[in-house]
Amino acid sequence: MTNSYKTSRRGFMKGAATVSALALMAGPGWAADYPTRPVTMIVPWGAGGGTDATGRMISALLERRLGQPFNVVNRTGGAGVIGHSAIATAPNDGYTLGVVTVEIAMMHHLGLTELTYEDYTPLGLMNADSPAITVSAKSDYKDIESLTEAVVNSEPGAFKASGTSQGGIWHLALVGWLKSLGLEGNHVTWVPSEGSAPAMQDLIAGGVDIVTVSLAETKAMVDAGRALNIALMGSERASSHPDVPTLIETGAADFALATWRGICGPKDMPQEAADKVAAALAEIAVEPEFIEFMNGRGFNISYLDPAAHGQMMAEADAQMGETMAAAGLIQKPM
Amino acid sequence: MGSFDIILQALDLVLTPEVLLTALLAGAFGLFVGAMPGLTATMATALLVPLTFFMDPIPALAAIVAASGMAIFAGDIPGALLRIPGTPASAAYVEDSYRLTMRGRMNEALGVNLIVSCIGGLIGIAVLVIAAPMLAEFALRFTSYEYFWLATMGLSCAIFVASSDPLKAAIALLLGLALATVGLDPTTGVPRFTFGQTNLLAGIEFIPAMIGLFALAEVMRGMIRLHGGTAPINMPKNPGPLFKGVGGIIRRHPTNVVRGSLMGVLIGALPGAGADIAAWMSYAVSKKFSKTPEKYGTGHVEGLVDASAGNNAAIGGSWIPALVFGIPGDSVTAIVIGVLYMKGMNPGPTVFLQNPQLIYAVFIIFVLTTLMMVPLGWGAVKLAKQALRVPSRVLLPIIMSLCIVGAFAMTNSVFGIVIMLGMGVTGWILEENGVPVAPIILGLVLGPMFERMFMTSMIKSNGDLLAFFERPIAAGLGICVLLIWTVSIVKALRKRRAPVAVVAELEAEDTSPPA
Repeated sequence: MTNSYKTSRRGFMKGAATVSALALMAGPGWAADYPTRPVTMIVPWGAGGGTDATGRMISALLERRLGQPFNVVNRTGGAGVIGHSAIATAPNDGYTLGVVTVEIAMMHHLGLTELTYEDYTPLGLMNADSPAITVSAKSDYKDIESLTEAVVNSEPGAFKASGTSQGGIWHLALVGWLKSLGLEGNHVTWVPSEGSAPAMQDLIAGGVDIVTVSLAETKAMVDAGRALNIALMGSERASSHPDVPTLIETGAADFALATWRGICGPKDMPQEAADKVAAALAEIAVEPEFIEFMNGRGFNISYLDPAAHGQMMAEADAQMGETMAAAGLIQKPM
Repeated sequence: MGSFDIILQALDLVLTPEVLLTALLAGAFGLFVGAMPGLTATMATALLVPLTFFMDPIPALAAIVAASGMAIFAGDIPGALLRIPGTPASAAYVEDSYRLTMRGRMNEALGVNLIVSCIGGLIGIAVLVIAAPMLAEFALRFTSYEYFWLATMGLSCAIFVASSDPLKAAIALLLGLALATVGLDPTTGVPRFTFGQTNLLAGIEFIPAMIGLFALAEVMRGMIRLHGGTAPINMPKNPGPLFKGVGGIIRRHPTNVVRGSLMGVLIGALPGAGADIAAWMSYAVSKKFSKTPEKYGTGHVEGLVDASAGNNAAIGGSWIPALVFGIPGDSVTAIVIGVLYMKGMNPGPTVFLQNPQLIYAVFIIFVLTTLMMVPLGWGAVKLAKQALRVPSRVLLPIIMSLCIVGAFAMTNSVFGIVIMLGMGVTGWILEENGVPVAPIILGLVLGPMFERMFMTSMIKSNGDLLAFFERPIAAGLGICVLLIWTVSIVKALRKRRAPVAVVAELEAEDTSPPA
């Protein structure tokens, strides 16, 4: 009797071992259990920036929901090309995801890469921010009307603006605004900078006249009384800055643009994994902790489900292509 | 006023077991990361960020302050022991500290590094506390014209730092500048020298390059010694207590300590210029004003004093624009600003009004962690010293694997390892031919800044070169640079006409690398 009891226990343990071994082997293919191991979250921009902070926050919240670590990996450089390539070319088993930013709709028009939005599985748009027109507190122009008038009547190249690299999203914002005023895209000279912080520094130091970056990126200087947000290039006012008028409502110009960040996987991800992450993202977008974090940093939450996310990326791709062609920024026809 | 109350409140926030333990652990972590070749202070901070998400503001800041300060000092340790700078901030004086170790004076070198780092750090904090708003105001006057001159000055340092052969140093510097042009053109965004390789769009990262040039080249030299039948270099035992003689050195060079620290704070306070550049510039200035400039680079302690003080003082300096205007002073404070926002402490003048006790708490943490550096550093040096007793055939593979980890970690890509390997072979060939490799690092660090600042200035001024002298600070810096150049050229020409005994003395000291 004792003997058979022992055997049966051994048998039970064997069975248990087999089951757990199976579960281990199943790994990525067994998407109903997704995720069974840590997931990598690629951020195409540097540690400490806005995309990095957003990516880390979303990863922490995904980790809490899906029960596996979501490790953030910064793959920087090449104006975002390197990180975006790393996301698109990762194994599409659902264990490598990434934050895909507005640059994906721009880089291929510039001939920097062949990647487009079609190389990703959209899982949910999380954030969209519109640029503001910001001037130094010492500027002669304290409102959008007087600045517009001065810019329209100025010699080409008299005004200088900055905010990001040549052909970057904030440069397109400037070009789009000038175009809507009936001016050439280079009527205001673009001074390329390595990001919004050096551009703000240059604005305060008197090196440039206008900066066209997002409200969040100007917050410290505006709070310090050194800079003024005089208009927002969005379709409606930002909830964080209700007193900054949009270009459209002031009648100064008919133009709106946004930068955005969404979570994507490589193309053709397993449906179950995609559904799980997408459902978690939808919950995160309305979670108080996430809302508080985004408001604290001055980022605007703008959630879209995977289908709408994909459609938005396609539309943005076309809009960016047009604006860039109009601005004469496209060097190679694609 | 209630400033005493505020300080009491701040002390109350800081002096809790939780904060002190966090600072201690983060400090030990920073020491470890800094001492690994290629893992930098920025890396130590970035790795802490996910942890700080779940901490209260004060322990979170304590962790970052402790880790970044410790990492900068710890970078000196592998430099002195193995001729491999742990962080770019230690690359300027690695030659001196290694040669001191070779002569059995490691304790002196690292002791000076440690104590002076601590003093420099404290002076940096003092300036941060007293003059933060004023210095931030000064830093905000810097546009591309001023930065252009700053970068030019930094690049000139490479030639002054070069001990034996300025011509070869210039060649190395130009090589570094040439490598810095790889990647996206900073003004037009067009890819240059990338040969269609996506990885090259990011350019040649200087951390993997530094690991290759210093560490891998050193491994190769070690392997050749092992297999070539030449007797391995007998590393002296370097016995005795760590701080022996350190007090005397510091007493003999008080101006160097103060000068290095003040330069460090000033350079650190400029956004975009951090501890790396501070170390180079203070070393160069030290050499320029020294009574015995010919000894620099041969195991002379004087330059160590300036540069060690400079790079740690720069940490305090880099917090000035970050706290006052929310503009990052360097890559570490860029991360700090993100953490501050996350904790609801929006950097900018308002933080001084709304949460003064938090700001004072940050200052107190700075002082505590800087003082903590001495006992922690002492322990780290004691431990690291054991590396000297490990036989080469065991030590070399370990260093090699650390090189690979470091090169990978910076970019999270295998391409970092490729750069490291390529630069390692290049560095070895160059050093075998008497070309110093340190200027290559300076070229890689300052090259992109130099180019970008020149191009943006030209765009702003519509191509008018005189614009570089139109703003008062730019004009001052520009005249300084031109004066330095003229004086150096005139001196060099005079020396040529009358070759002096200095040259003979230099040759006697023998500055070629240990081969």
